[in-house]
Amino acid sequence: METSLPFCLPWLAGKTAAAELKDRPESSFPLARRYADEMIAHAREEAPNECCGILAGPANEGRVKKLYRGINAEKSPVRYNIDPQQLLSIHEETEAKGWAILGIYHSHTHTEASPSATDVRLAFWPDSIYLIISLKQPGEPVIRAFSIRDGQIEEKQVAIGG
Amino acid sequence: MAVEVRLPMILQKVAGGAKTVKVEGKSIREVFDNLEKNHPGFASRLFDNEGNLNHFIMVYVNNEDIRLQRGMQTELKDGDVITLLPAMAGGEDCCR
Ligand SMILES: [Zn+2]
Repeated sequence: METSLPFCLPWLAGKTAAAELKDRPESSFPLARRYADEMIAHAREEAPNECCGILAGPANEGRVKKLYRGINAEKSPVRYNIDPQQLLSIHEETEAKGWAILGIYHSHTHTEASPSATDVRLAFWPDSIYLIISLKQPGEPVIRAFSIRDGQIEEKQVAIGG
Repeated sequence: MAVEVRLPMILQKVAGGAKTVKVEGKSIREVFDNLEKNHPGFASRLFDNEGNLNHFIMVYVNNEDIRLQRGMQTELKDGDVITLLPAMAGGEDCCR
């Protein structure tokens, strides 16, 4: 409603995304530094193509215990698609361990670490967090994490730990 | 002749929350037809507007991708396990 806008806007403006993330600890994605380093190394090795992979761990803990380097079946600088046969075997392995696919990562070799419209349209794993590694500034890689459900994007703070 | 179909999260709600369903059928085509009969709503998620299998739905029979077999015509035996998984995919907007 147009008439409610003047009341809404100042309230919204005072509530930055960063402040909101701090208030809500469930909105972070815990990740040991070695996995962050491994994702960045993977992104650099695959560049200029996009890399992709999976982070899995016990569902109840929500802690990543294993990183699976994906095979990008598209072998493309602008697309990723985890090799279907590999996807199945990783899925089977995680199910057998009672784990969940906690994160799905891919790289943006020359754009920001935010999901493209295509990334959102093809986000068919609503219970996993989508992580994007940007190599736009090659010396300063950036990792950001997002929940993508029914086209709704919510950023998660990547909480790098030991 | 029944096979077991394992459903990913995004399809479980169509089957009333079930993770696996038993379905009759001698081919993937028949199984998908029966899935739609038993749980209306599957077809619109599995097929595009032209009736082709959605590019982003992976279908495996006993761990083999049907696209490397006979696709929708892939024949089934009693007790076969069919796994459906959505693709893990994305890309830049310029290029799709
Ligand atoms: Zn992307």
